[in-house]
Amino acid sequence: MSATPLLELRGIDKSFGPVQVLRNVDFAVYPGEVTALVGDNGAGKSTLVKCISGIYPTDGGQFFFEGQPVTVNGPRDAAGLGIEVVYQDLALCDNLDIVQNMFLGREKRNGIVLDEATMEQLAGETLAGLSVRTVKSLRQHVSSLSGGQRQTVAIAKAVLWNSKLVILDEPTAALGVAQTAQVLELVRRLADRGLAVVLISHNMNDVFAVSDRIAALYLGRMAAQVKASEINHSQIVELITAGRSGDLGLPPENGAENGAEQAVTVTPGAPQ
Amino acid sequence: MSAPTTSPAPQQTIAAPTRTVGEHVRDYVARLRGGDLGALPAILGLLVLCTVFSIVRPAFFSAGNFANLFTQGAAVTLIAMGLVFVLLLGEIDLSAGFASGVCAAVLAVLVTLQGLPWYVALLAAIATGTLIGFVLGFLVAKIGIPSFVVTLAAFLAFQGIVLLLIKGGTNISVRDEALVAIANRNLPTALGWALAAVGVGGYAAVQLLRHRNRSRRGLATDPTGVVLFRIAAVAVIAGVAVYILNLERSINTLISSLKGVPIVVPIIVALLVVWTFVLQRTAYGRHVYAVGGNKEAARRAGINVDRIRISVFVICSSMAAVGGIVAASRGNSVDANTGGSNVLLYAVGAAVIGGTSLFGGKGRVLDAILGGAVVAVIDNGMGLMDASSGVKFTVTGSVLLLAAGVDALSRRRAAATGNR
Ligand SMILES: Nc1ncnc2c1ncn2[C@@H]1O[C@H](COP(=O)(O)OP(=O)(O)OP(=O)(O)O)[C@@H](O)[C@H]1O
Ligand SMILES: [Mg+2]
Repeated sequence: MSATPLLELRGIDKSFGPVQVLRNVDFAVYPGEVTALVGDNGAGKSTLVKCISGIYPTDGGQFFFEGQPVTVNGPRDAAGLGIEVVYQDLALCDNLDIVQNMFLGREKRNGIVLDEATMEQLAGETLAGLSVRTVKSLRQHVSSLSGGQRQTVAIAKAVLWNSKLVILDEPTAALGVAQTAQVLELVRRLADRGLAVVLISHNMNDVFAVSDRIAALYLGRMAAQVKASEINHSQIVELITAGRSGDLGLPPENGAENGAEQAVTVTPGAPQ
Repeated sequence: MSAPTTSPAPQQTIAAPTRTVGEHVRDYVARLRGGDLGALPAILGLLVLCTVFSIVRPAFFSAGNFANLFTQGAAVTLIAMGLVFVLLLGEIDLSAGFASGVCAAVLAVLVTLQGLPWYVALLAAIATGTLIGFVLGFLVAKIGIPSFVVTLAAFLAFQGIVLLLIKGGTNISVRDEALVAIANRNLPTALGWALAAVGVGGYAAVQLLRHRNRSRRGLATDPTGVVLFRIAAVAVIAGVAVYILNLERSINTLISSLKGVPIVVPIIVALLVVWTFVLQRTAYGRHVYAVGGNKEAARRAGINVDRIRISVFVICSSMAAVGGIVAASRGNSVDANTGGSNVLLYAVGAAVIGGTSLFGGKGRVLDAILGGAVVAVIDNGMGLMDASSGVKFTVTGSVLLLAAGVDALSRRRAAATGNR
C-alpha cells in the first residue's frame, strides 16, 4: 500500500534492570493496513506496545512518525500524535454509560457544564461510522453489555479522537466465535478507513483473516516483518517458535543458540 | 475479508429518538427488576412510616411536628450529603460526626469566647472542616492508609479535640442572633412562597430547555409527558410543603406567631442543587463516579485519582462543618456530645437508606435527603410514642441493616442480570 510508514521504530532497546526485553527492534506500521504483532508469551509484544504508547521509556532507538523523528515521553505525547491503545483489560467503568465511558477524562464542556448533547451525538456518529448496530441505547450502562460490545465501545473510544494509529492488545482473547468475528470485522474496517492498526494476537487464524503485514517477535528481537500474502501458516509458527524459517528470520547464531545466550545474560553468575 | 470502504453513515440511529410513555414505564420496571431500585425503598418506607405514625399518634400529622421534622433532621442530612461523596468512591468517613462537633466547637469558641462577628466564626468553622477533610484525604490517598482506619482514628481524636476546645465538661452557649436563626427562625410566609416559585420555575426551565435542546438535535429524549409529570411532581411537593409550613403553629397566637418555612430548609435545598449540579453536570462529578466505578480505568483516562480521593474527603468534612453549625444553632450551645452519639450512624444510615451504595460508584446527593427524612421520621415518631432511647436505637439500627441488605441484594441481583 503506501510507501512511508505512519510509525517507524528503529533499533529500539529496552531492559528491565539486568533483563534485556527488547533488542534492536525495528518495526513499521503503515496507514490503511492491519499489522499483526505476534510472538510467544514473554517475547516482548506488550512491552513494545508500552514503549510506543509512552508508558515505558526506551533505552535506545529512534521513533519516526509520518517520516519525522519524534520523542514520546509519556501517554499524553502518544495521544497527541494520534496513538490510542486498547488494553487487554479494557479499562471501562461499569457504572457509567457508553457515552460517558467514551469521553472519560476528555469530556466536552460548555464553560464548566458538561456538553452531554454534543458528546452523545459524536459517540453515536462514531459508532455508526464503525457500522456498530448491536447496542440498543447510547445511555446503556457498560455493565449491561456483552464482552464483544464492550470491546466495541473500547475500540470506538480509541477512534473517537481522530486517532491515526490504534493498537489492540489481544482484543479477542476472551471472546466467543461470533463476537470475535464481529471485532475482527471492526478491526478491518478501521484499516479500510485509512487508520493504521496494530493487532496483537496468539490466534493465527485471526491474524491471517485480517492482517496485511505480520511482524514476529522472538525473544525480544524482531524476527521478521513481512506481507501476510508472502508467508504461510507454518512459516509464521516457525518464526514464533524458532525465530527463523528458511531464509526468513534471524540469521543462525554461531554455536550457542539464542536462548542459551539469553540465559547467560539473565543469570550472569552461573554459566556452565 | 476486506470490506468495501464504508464512508461514515450520516447519523445512523442507535436509539429511537422519541420514546413513548409506555416504553419509559417499561424501561423503569425493567430497571427495578434488574436490581436498580434507586430511591424507591426510601420513598415507600417514608410513606409507610408516616401512615403508621399518623394512625398511632395523630399529633405526628400536625403542622408543628412537620416543621420539627426539618429542624431535627437537618444536621444529620447535611452530614449525609457530604458522606455521599466519600461513599461514591467506596470509602467511608467514620469521623464525620465528630468533625462536625469540632467545627461547631470552633464556631462557639470564636463567637462566644472571642467575641468575633458571627460570619467570621462561621467561615472559620467551615474552613476547619475543609482542613480536616484535606488531612484525612491526604492520609488515605497519598500515604495509603485505608479510610476506615484513618477515620476511626480521627473519630477518637476529634472527640478529644472537642473536649479540649470546650475545656472539659462545660458547654459553650451560642447566643448570636444570626447563628441561632439558622435552625430556629422561619422565613416570612411570602418569601417562602417566592423561593418555592423560583425553585420550581428554575427546575421547569432546566428540564424543558434540555428536552428541547435534545429533541432538536435528534437525540433520544424522555417523553414530553414524563418531563411534564416530573415538573408537576416537584411543584406539588414544594407547594404542599410551603403551604403546611406557612400554617400557624403557635398554640396561642396572642402571645406569639409561629409560622413560615424554617431558614434551614432553603439552605439544604440550595446545597442539594449545588452538589447535584457538581455531580451530574461537571467533569469533576463524572470523574468521581469513574473513580468509584473503576479506579484503574479512571487513571488510564488521565484522571488524577489521588486528587479526586482527597477532594471527596474535603467536601465531606466541609459539609460536616455545615451540619455542626446547624446543630450548634439548634441547640443554642456546643457540648462534648455535639456530633457524637448516634449522629454519624444516622448520617451513614441516611445515605444508604436513600439508595447510595456502600460499594461505591452509585449514589446521589438527593439520597441523603430522602434517607435523612426516613431517619428523622423514625426518630421523631418514636419520640412521640414515648419510646425509650433503647428502642429508638434498636429500630434505627435495624432499618440501617435493612437498607444495607437491600443494597447488597440489589447489587447481587444486578450482577446476575448483567446490570453491573
Ligand atoms: N515491568 C517489568 N519488569 C521486569 N520485567 C518485565 C516487565 N514487563 C515485562 N517484563 C519481562 O519482559 C518480557 C516480555 O514481556 P511482555 O509482557 O512484553 O511479553 P508479551 O510478548 O506481551 O507476552 P504475552 O503474549 O504473554 O502477553 C517477559 O520476560 C517479562 O517477564
Ligand atoms: Mg502481552
